[in-house]
Formats: sequence, C-alpha cells, structure tokens
Amino acid sequence: MIAELGHFSLILALGLCVSLAVIPTVGVLQKNAQLMNMAGSLSAGFFVFVAISFVCLGYAFWSDDFSVQYVAMNSNSNLPVQFKLSAIWGGHEGSFLLWTFVMSGWTFAVALLSGGLTQDMRARVLAIMGALSIGFVLFILLTSNPFDRTLPIFPADGKDLNPLLQDFGLIVHPPMLYMGYVGFAVPFAFAIATLTTGNLDSAWARWSRPWTNAAWGFLTLGITLGSWWAYYELGWGGWWFWDAVENASFMPWLVGTALVHSLAATEKRGVFKSWTVLLAIFAFSLSLLGAFLVRSGVLTSVHAFAVDPERGMYILTYLIIIIGSSLTLYAFKASGIKSDAGFDWFSRESMLLINNLLLILAAAIVLLGTLYPLIYETLTDGKKISIGPPYFNSLFVPVVMLLFVFMVISPLSRWKKTPMQSILQQWPSMAVSFFVMLGLVLVFAKEFSPMVVLINTVALWIVVSLAKDMLAKVANKADKIGALFRQTMSYYGMILGHLGIAVSVLGVCITIYYSEERDVRMVPGDSVELAGYEFRFNSVSKVQGPNYSADRGDIDVLEEGKVLLTLHPEKRFYPSVGNVMTEADIDPSMFRDLYVALGEPVGSDAWAVRVHYKPFVRWIWFGGLLIACGGFITVLDKRYRRVRTAKQEKTVAAKVVAGAAEAGATA
Amino acid sequence: MSSVNKSLLIPLFVFIILVITLGVGFSLKDPHILPSELIDRPFPDFVAAELHEPNRKVTREDLKGEVSLVNVWATWCPNCVIEHPELLRISKEEGIPLYGVNYNDDVQKAQAWLRRYENPFEFIIVDDDGKLGIDLGVYGAPETFIVDASGVIQYKHVGPVSRHIFDTKMKPVIEQLRSEQLEKSQSVAQISEAAS
Repeated sequence: MIAELGHFSLILALGLCVSLAVIPTVGVLQKNAQLMNMAGSLSAGFFVFVAISFVCLGYAFWSDDFSVQYVAMNSNSNLPVQFKLSAIWGGHEGSFLLWTFVMSGWTFAVALLSGGLTQDMRARVLAIMGALSIGFVLFILLTSNPFDRTLPIFPADGKDLNPLLQDFGLIVHPPMLYMGYVGFAVPFAFAIATLTTGNLDSAWARWSRPWTNAAWGFLTLGITLGSWWAYYELGWGGWWFWDAVENASFMPWLVGTALVHSLAATEKRGVFKSWTVLLAIFAFSLSLLGAFLVRSGVLTSVHAFAVDPERGMYILTYLIIIIGSSLTLYAFKASGIKSDAGFDWFSRESMLLINNLLLILAAAIVLLGTLYPLIYETLTDGKKISIGPPYFNSLFVPVVMLLFVFMVISPLSRWKKTPMQSILQQWPSMAVSFFVMLGLVLVFAKEFSPMVVLINTVALWIVVSLAKDMLAKVANKADKIGALFRQTMSYYGMILGHLGIAVSVLGVCITIYYSEERDVRMVPGDSVELAGYEFRFNSVSKVQGPNYSADRGDIDVLEEGKVLLTLHPEKRFYPSVGNVMTEADIDPSMFRDLYVALGEPVGSDAWAVRVHYKPFVRWIWFGGLLIACGGFITVLDKRYRRVRTAKQEKTVAAKVVAGAAEAGATA
Repeated sequence: MSSVNKSLLIPLFVFIILVITLGVGFSLKDPHILPSELIDRPFPDFVAAELHEPNRKVTREDLKGEVSLVNVWATWCPNCVIEHPELLRISKEEGIPLYGVNYNDDVQKAQAWLRRYENPFEFIIVDDDGKLGIDLGVYGAPETFIVDASGVIQYKHVGPVSRHIFDTKMKPVIEQLRSEQLEKSQSVAQISEAAS
C-alpha cells in the first residue's frame, strides 16, 4: 500500500510540475500577475509530493518490503539499517528518484528565496525548472519505476546491496553529487529565462551567483567524497581513476568553475555576458550528459547501473530537446548582448578570460578522452580500446599547470587595467618561495625530483599571492587586523577556494611522486619493510559481521622496533550476493597514510598482502573540502540577501557602467 | 529578426555532432548483454573434487565433447531454489549435459540441499574457496554458462533461468552450436572419407 502511495504521489508530482511549467508561462505571456504568482505554491506542491514519494520508498526499505522489486534487488533483511536507507539510492531507479527529489528541492528553494527577483523573472525561472522536472519525473514513471511490485510471488529475502556500497560513502557521496549536478539547473534556468526576456543586464548574474556557487560547492564536496571513498573502499589505494563516470562528474565541475569565475566578472564589471550564459547552459548540459553516460550503458565503467536501451534512448531524447533548444535560443538571442565596459589586455578581466579558456580546454580534453573509446568503436566497427591515465596525464596536466600559473597572477591583478610593473615587482617573494620549496624537498624528500619542486613551488606561489593580496587590502587601513575581518564573504570564499587548490595540488604531487607500495606473500611471523616502517603479519582469523563473514588479518606496524599500532584488513564474504570484498585498513594521519589490504590466500597459511605508504594523501581531500567551503561561504555574502528596489537596481547598474564599483574588490 | 551572429551557432553545431556520435555509438550496442570477458574464451582451467565423490578429480577436460550447460549455484542463494525446477526439467527433457559448480559453499550442506531438492547435475565441481568463481567472473549465484564441445564459453546468463529465458535466449544458442558441431564433424568425415 505504501509503495502505491509513493507511486501515486509521484504521478501527482508530474501533474504539478506540468502545471508549474505551463501556468506561470501563460501568466508571463498574458501579463497576469495572479497566474505568475502561482509559481510559488506549485513549486511547493511539487516538492512536497516528490518528498512523499521519496519517504515512501524509504519506508519500503526500512520495513523490508521485498514485494517491491527495487527493494528486493537492493536490500536484505540482515542489512544494517543505515545502509537499508541509503540503499534507496543504491540502484538506478531510486537514485533517479533522489535526483528528482533534489531537483524539486532546488525548485522550492528558488521559490522561497527569490524575494529580490521581479515577479516576471521569478515566474520564468520557476517555469523553466518545472519544465526540466517534467522530463525527470516522466523518466521515472515510464522507464524506471522504483515502486514496481514482484507480486504475486515475491522473494523471502532481498538480494542485498552490493557490498561495495555498504559503506558510509554511499550515504553521503551521491546526495552531495546530485545536489551539485542538479543545482546547475538553477543558473541554467536563470540563463534561459534571461535569454527569453532578451534583456541581459547584470542583475541576472547577481541573482544566479549564489545559486551557482552553492551548487558548485556541493559538486566539489561530492567529487571529494567520491575520491576518498574510492581510495579506502576499492582496496588498491588509488584516489582518481579517470573512469568514465568520474569524468562525467569532473566535466561539469570544470565548466562550473569557469562559470563561477565568469559570473563574478559579469556581476562586477558587466563583461562576458554572452559567454557566461553559454557556460551556464554548458554546465547543466554536461550534468545531463553525465547522467546519460552513466545510465545508458554506452560506456562500461565501475559505476555501471543496470542498463536498459530504452532508458538510454529516453535520456538521449531529453538531452536533444533541452540542450538543442537552449543552444538554439542562445544562437538567436545572444547577439543583442553588449558588454557594459571595456578592459585592457592585461587586467583582472583578461586573467579571468584566460582562466575560463583553460578550464574549458581542460573540460574538452576530458570530454574527448571519455568519448573517444565510443567514437573509435563506432568508426572501427566494434573494436574496443581504452583511454587510460596516460592520455589524461599528458594532456590535462600541462593545461592545469598553466592554469595554476594564472591563478598566481590574477589575485594580484586589478580590474580594467593592471600595470605590468606591479606584477613584475613580485619577483623577490616568488624567488624566495622557490628556494624555500627547493630546500624543503632537498631536506625532507627521499629522492630529489625537479618536477616536485616545480609543482610545489607553483602551489606555494598561489598561497603567497593570496597573502600579498590580503596585505594589499589592509595596507591603507588604520586598524589592519580589524580590516582583515571586515572583508566580504565573497572575498573569503575566493581565498579559501584558491587555498584549497594549493593544498590539493601539494597533496596530489607528493602522493604521486613519493608513494611506495609492495605486494608480498606473507605467512604468520613474516615482516616487510616499507618507507621506514616494518609491517609484521601475525595471523588471520575468522570473524562474523551482521551480513558477512570475514578473514581478518592482524598486522603490527613497527617503527624503530616499537609497535606503533595494529591494522586489521579484512577479506569479507557476503553470502546473499556471493561477493568477496577487500576491506583495507588504513592508519591515516596528516602527513602520511599507512594502508594495508589483504589479498588472496596463497597456499596453506600464506596470504597475498599489499602495503602502501601514501604521504600527504589526506591533503588532496582536505583541499577539496576547503574549496567546497569557499563555494558555500560566498553564498552568505550580504549583498545577495538585500532586497533591492528597481531604483537601487538602476543606480547599481550605473555605478558598474561608470566603472566606479569596487575596482579593487576581489571575486 | 535581426541578423544572427554566426559564431553563436558554433555551440549548437558542436552539440549536434556530439549527439550524432552518442546516437550512433548507442545504437551499435546492446547493453542487455553483460560485458563478459569470458565469452569466446576457453572455460578456465581447474582441478577440483566432485561433490558426491570427494576422491574423484574433475577438470576442464570433463566438460568437453558435447555442448553443455554449467550452472553456478549455492545453498545460500535463494534464487537457486527458485531456479531449481527449471534445471530439473532441462536435465530431463532437453538432452543436454548439465554440470554444477557449487560456489563458496559447504559440502555437507550442499549434499543435504540436493537430497531435498533432487540433483539435476551430471557432476558437481566443488568450488568451496570460490576460486573458480573468480576465474569465471561470477557476479553472484546463480549464473549459467553455455560451453561448446571444445570447452569454449559461448554464452552467460546471470540470474535464475526460467522456461522463458531458456527457450528464447539459450536454446537458440545451443542449437546453433550443435549444428555447427555437426557440420564440422561431417566435414571431418568427408575429408577422412575422401582421404581413404
């Protein structure tokens, strides 16, 4: 009964999002305020009914209702309760319901927090969100209904959730990622709404900026969590695999990063308007493309969902309608857009433009690498190839290195025009950074590598240039410390975001160059030496978990003959799915991880054991968290919460045109 | 309408090319077939005990000579119970050798299970440590493989076999293999006839 309620409420949600797409649009066309105002309550209704549907599916999982096919396929009565609930999004159908739930949440949030918008604009944006949602809800109802029953004969117990997914990572990673993916629907809706009005003033940039930054922050968090999860769960110590599905989340992130920056320029200076609109379309389009790649089965990947050609065809059609129509609209409407202000070839604007081009180039490289196996297969009649890390490393890395160099320069640059002199004057601190890094590598690193010095120097430069910028901001103030705390939230967000990049770069570089690992055959009593640590293999014993049985290794880690700690990697067997899982045990710390995974038993007492030493690997995700925080903090900026009247609007626009607005302010 | 700036059409054209690529790539694939690296590969080599005769060693060679079915099952697998009546029917009516792989299981339990539900298998490979299962790329029991006369895996079905699946999906493959085998043996016979 509950499952039917969920299904029914989803059908009602479909009716509501169709109304949301149609009624306010009619209101806009007829200039009927009453109809336009209905957008708010329709958004609320849409959200409520999708939420009911979502809760119903959750209840089916919680109550072990195996007559619901999706529950029977993805859960088991022995599954711990937190995984029963996160199993809602453990498979295709439920994860798309989560996607739609998140979409309805963003729609409702826009309806709630759009006080500063004109009535006309609010109606347009919400109608577009509604129109986008129709496709999502229909997709679930037509091809992927999680509420299908297996009646009359239903299994006594469920098939269980894939053991890889029985983890904290599943609880947090998909919701965050979807918040990001779907969140890009908001700037997309703002961009399309603005194109339909034909009036691209800078106001829409200010409206969509907090939404974009929030969505981008969530996406950053989602990707970071995914990388961390893959690292500890997949059992081979990697943190990024250039897997098709990872790329599918990385492309919208790269374009989203470009969007975040170009929106800043559009808001502050009224430049790049047409380009920013295009980026908003791209970011959401790439999110949709990612959904297609993951769920259609065109690319094989570790993330593959149960695939179905009907679903693939549906999403492809949806892509064509949404992206095709928005790009057509763009082609015809964007020609009227004019910049409010010009800028010199060397200025913060030009730096942001270069940053954008490099980010788009990086996204294009990832896109090509992701689709190339598919193109190749099409051209060669089914021959398969895979594009591995070598492709990405040789093309992607140089582009981002160049990007980092511009990250060093741009905080030092000024809007409109920057004297070259002011940048060149920075050379002493940059030289000092270089020698500091050279010294650190010489003293602490086992082997000297010029690449490490180079890359880490750039990371340090990013930090130094941020510090210089902060000093410059307070230089003329009487109360220097106080002034440091009186900057805008946007500014702190920028600082955190860039700092996060520097931290991640450092982590990635040191992990890649100085990680050590060994695969050894060990019998109880054996020891292996790695990076100054001794790993002593004591025993393997049988243990019983809630829904698995496991061989549990007992491995002492010794430093200079003293036992530092004991690690317990496991080899788990999940009988209900018949899967064997490697559960690595990790001793994390600020500067290094010790990582032990139990392989296969080889011979009577002997086991294959893999030990890793991973210096600075935590920094990768810590940097990611900083970047995400940066994104979230900007949303708190006071100026997005001020409700402006049309009059204030005009004066602000005039200020921007005059170029008087905060010429020195950042981001 | 005012003149359209042609450069603004570029994103649309790029998108159209992308859609064509995706559409063509998509139509070429049949995602229903699970990508198995093992299709067209020889059945993995193994030496294992037989479930009812612990002293007898069975190997890959025992699978050869005739088109056969190999079913991976276990007592812990609820879907194997569901599938079982169809396996019994196949062994009685279809005239095709059916071999079992008892995957990650306990020998005593497995024997008791077969006493209870009846044994459709000609022989059963004991894979108590799951090694053969790993070599076979088993996702989860039950899985059923069609192996041709020379011991090459030709088809793989994941999940319980039903009458419908057997008739529509597996039987055509089996008949195709049998007719190929017949042709081969006939041509061999002709050659040897011609030679004599």
